Amino acid sequence: MKYFVLLAGPGEMQAWNDLSPDEQQAGMEQHHAFAQACEAHPSVEIVAGEALDESAATTLRTRGGAFSVTDGPFAEAAEQIGGFYVLEAPDLDTVIELCRILPAYDIDIRPVLDLG
Amino acid sequence: MTSTSGRSSTSADDRAHPLDEQLASLHRQEWGRLLSVLVTRTRRLDLAEDALAEAFARAASRWPDDGVPRNPAAWLFVTAHRLVIGRLRHEAVAGRVVPLLAVGTATTRPTDDGLDADDPATGGESIGGEDERLPMLFLCCHPALSADARSALALRLVIGTPTDEIARLFLVPTPTMAARITRAKQKIVGTGIPLALPARDRLDERLDVVCRTILLAFTAGYTPGEGPDLLRIDVASDAVELARVLHRFAPDDERTRALLALVTLQHARRDARVHDGRLVTLADQDRTRWRLDEIRRGLELVATLPPSTGYAEEVRLQALLAAEHARASTAEATDWARIVAVYTELESLTGSPVVRMNRAVAVAEASGPAAGLALLDGLDDALGDGHRLHAVRGELAARAGDVPTAVRAVRAAIERCANEVERRHLAERLATWTST
Repeated sequence: MKYFVLLAGPGEMQAWNDLSPDEQQAGMEQHHAFAQACEAHPSVEIVAGEALDESAATTLRTRGGAFSVTDGPFAEAAEQIGGFYVLEAPDLDTVIELCRILPAYDIDIRPVLDLG
Repeated sequence: MTSTSGRSSTSADDRAHPLDEQLASLHRQEWGRLLSVLVTRTRRLDLAEDALAEAFARAASRWPDDGVPRNPAAWLFVTAHRLVIGRLRHEAVAGRVVPLLAVGTATTRPTDDGLDADDPATGGESIGGEDERLPMLFLCCHPALSADARSALALRLVIGTPTDEIARLFLVPTPTMAARITRAKQKIVGTGIPLALPARDRLDERLDVVCRTILLAFTAGYTPGEGPDLLRIDVASDAVELARVLHRFAPDDERTRALLALVTLQHARRDARVHDGRLVTLADQDRTRWRLDEIRRGLELVATLPPSTGYAEEVRLQALLAAEHARASTAEATDWARIVAVYTELESLTGSPVVRMNRAVAVAEASGPAAGLALLDGLDDALGDGHRLHAVRGELAARAGDVPTAVRAVRAAIERCANEVERRHLAERLATWTST
């Protein structure tokens, strides 16, 4: 199955930009360990994964046929989204287990629908 | 909707036919195991469940004429497996693509081995012991499912409790429960929750949820309903069976032992809890109708429980309370001082206002109604919307001789009580105070 792993918020940690260089370094190492664990797992693959700029969202809306462009993000909670992964993994428990390696973010895991 | 056949009738005047009894016992003993094997092989939770229910229905209609097969479990398995394969072929022809259940690597087997089910040997004793129900139990009790869905699923899939009985248990209409179970099964398949035991180092945190799920299913059976469904003790028995399955799997875990002790001791009082369609309070129960052998087993389990922390301690303290009541051969023999001490510990552990209210009742027994009433102060914010706090206050005030307070409180309780039987009981109490 394919999973979208949304790094939805920093949880009890500070936002990435407020972390000290050492803390950021430690965070990077956790992402690295996550990548290695995914690599080592025979049936897991990181399909995609990116960090997102928390401060530069643009929101597009169409209301009553009128298209608008505004300063984002769309919802307040979305301000804290720090990044995402797309993983190929055999089941939810495998994804949960791997995500425990990441920094202690609040994370949303969603299966990607197979519309093929 | 799933068939309910194969389950014994619970009405006392319905003398069960020996074959019905055999089917009911097969259902009780084999449902979870057969379903687990079917699901492991086909990875289709929806089809497997329907097919197994249909297999039991066919057994009920055919065995009276054809005779009981030499290996009844194998017959049921092969029949259900053929039904699933038939549906799969049908889907393949129709070009439907249906998501498959994730199956843990340890239990993964080929999914297209349909033909070998025509060999009865694969459906026989060789398909293993009762441990095959455990991955299903952990699947149903996965923390990614809602608490309501977990309890219903565990009863349906592990024990085979019919959907209409689960609906009765949770006091919702059958279609509501059927929809809830269907949604939960879709979530399981859609999110890839695997049919597998948790990894050994995750077992500990998963057991908390499994214990809570089973306890919720059990206590629902003792939540007063209406009419003849005052208590759903027959369905609560299925939750006791879940507790046994879990305890056999992890007998050294304090939570599973405390859980089994608690439900065993409470369930041992089932025959005395309802009389003539009315709830009988602990003090008025005919204790000769308690199941002494079950109480003995429960007390033995309680004796093995060391003081603990967290959820394990919470369940242990509840089991200790049940044990204290079970030990008293008459209501007067109850050691209320000991019960107060346990409630005090439980309240400091949980901070629960309901526990505080129950402690007040125990304190009233141990030290008089005025002491109990004083403990009810400050609970109205948390519990004032429900009827129970007012009912307790009314009862204790009456015992303390404060009739005006008692009358006022019980009137408030009657206003808030949704259950007809309980409301009648409250009205009777009110009548005894206002007529004198």
